[in-house]
Amino acid sequence: MRTRFAVAVTCAVIASCTSAHLSDGARVRVFAAASLTDAFNELGRSSPVGVEFTFAGTPALLGQLRDGAPADVLATADEENMRKAIDGGLVTGATVLARNRLAIVVPAGNPAHVTGVADLARPGLKVALWAPEVPAGRYARQMLERAQVAVTPVTEEANVKAVVSKASLGEIDAGVVYVTDVKAAGAAVTEVGIPDAVNVMASYEVAMVASSKNKERATAFISFARGEVGRRVLADNGFDVVT
Amino acid sequence: MTRRPSPVVVGLAIVAAAFLLLPLTGLVSRAPWSGAARELGRPEFRTALRLSLICSLGATAISLVLGVPLAMLLARHRFPGRRLLRGLVLLPMVLPPVVGGVALLTALGRRGIAGGLLHRAGIALPFTTAGAVVAGAFVALPFMVVTVEAGLRSLDARLDDAAATLGAGRWQTFRRVTLPLLAPSLWAGGALTWARALGEFGATITFAGNAPGRTRTLPIEVYLALESRPEEAILLSVLLLGVSLAVLLSLRGRWLGLP
Repeated sequence: MRTRFAVAVTCAVIASCTSAHLSDGARVRVFAAASLTDAFNELGRSSPVGVEFTFAGTPALLGQLRDGAPADVLATADEENMRKAIDGGLVTGATVLARNRLAIVVPAGNPAHVTGVADLARPGLKVALWAPEVPAGRYARQMLERAQVAVTPVTEEANVKAVVSKASLGEIDAGVVYVTDVKAAGAAVTEVGIPDAVNVMASYEVAMVASSKNKERATAFISFARGEVGRRVLADNGFDVVT
Repeated sequence: MTRRPSPVVVGLAIVAAAFLLLPLTGLVSRAPWSGAARELGRPEFRTALRLSLICSLGATAISLVLGVPLAMLLARHRFPGRRLLRGLVLLPMVLPPVVGGVALLTALGRRGIAGGLLHRAGIALPFTTAGAVVAGAFVALPFMVVTVEAGLRSLDARLDDAAATLGAGRWQTFRRVTLPLLAPSLWAGGALTWARALGEFGATITFAGNAPGRTRTLPIEVYLALESRPEEAILLSVLLLGVSLAVLLSLRGRWLGLP
């Protein structure tokens, strides 16, 4: 009985080691900015190579890479963090993948009648922004500065998706988010446009992780994401695709 | 006491202790002590600390006022649905705090089932300090109820009966007999509740958001600092750790009735 149990355990351990080893070799591990979640998940379903995504705020991903997290591809929501990653020797060969614009998100039906950026300064209006610590928060503040609108937010969210969630629950009157976030949230929210003259473009960059042991497949995924299918998926999700 | 513990027990216990100690040692060893004084003097830090103290103490006060009666009911009376109620009390302990935050929004938000009434009465909880207190109380209340209920069960209920036969009223019995005997449990429950509320993050940021000076408590400050100033995040974490450890040490196992 005891021996049989030991044999079973040994077999299980060997099996799990082999399968872990195989999937490690086969799957491309992609660290991507949280705002890419929907587009990349869709992309992953038609990718020619197996992929495994980790989504988080760009600075958090960089921190994980610095601490030695195993990854093959990094996709950031801004140029600044990608430059940091290159300077730190974490990644090589960064290229622009797509761009994203800002929009105002309001609960479905726009109950507070927000018509544009200037309305965000209205006293009593509950506005959510991202915290200035995340790239998206910097973009939103740049936009408000350009539009010369002073906003006192009721909350500064640290997670890109949290602003849209609070709008769809109706707990805020308006929030500044990415166009892609509004698209992803569907019918629960409504978009109010921000004119190009004051809008800020976020640049998404993609690069190979220097310590990757799966460079061939990682390159294949990057080419796929930047290729015809990738561009279509990104555009469908509201990104501006570089031509 | 009488026999020496088996080497297996000692070995595994050492592994367990190391498992708990190692991450904390990591934090302390990586903390940028040279910049500590400057970091701790920053107004953002002091604001977050003050807010953390207000919110955690507020949550503890609510838990005392509401949790002790609930514990008395659970410990001393039989009624239909008691088991269900006890399970309900434990729920916030096992619920992911973010889920607790969403639940609070759907209940007490301005479109929530009870929040609509509050909203019409001019009371807003989301994105306010009061909301952060409520979020803390929601996740920390179980610690008070569980501790005080255990304390009540270990008391001899006949002492209350004796007081009653000697002519003491309900309030007098509670104040002069039950409360003094219960004091250790109340301290223990209060300290655990407070420590849990102090570390609260998920429900707070979900329900009360993150506004400097109003709802940005120390754990939220740590999370934000991690995005751009990891050194500072480590330093703040060490500080929070120190405070929590001090509270737990001051209990000396009292809530379990240990020597």
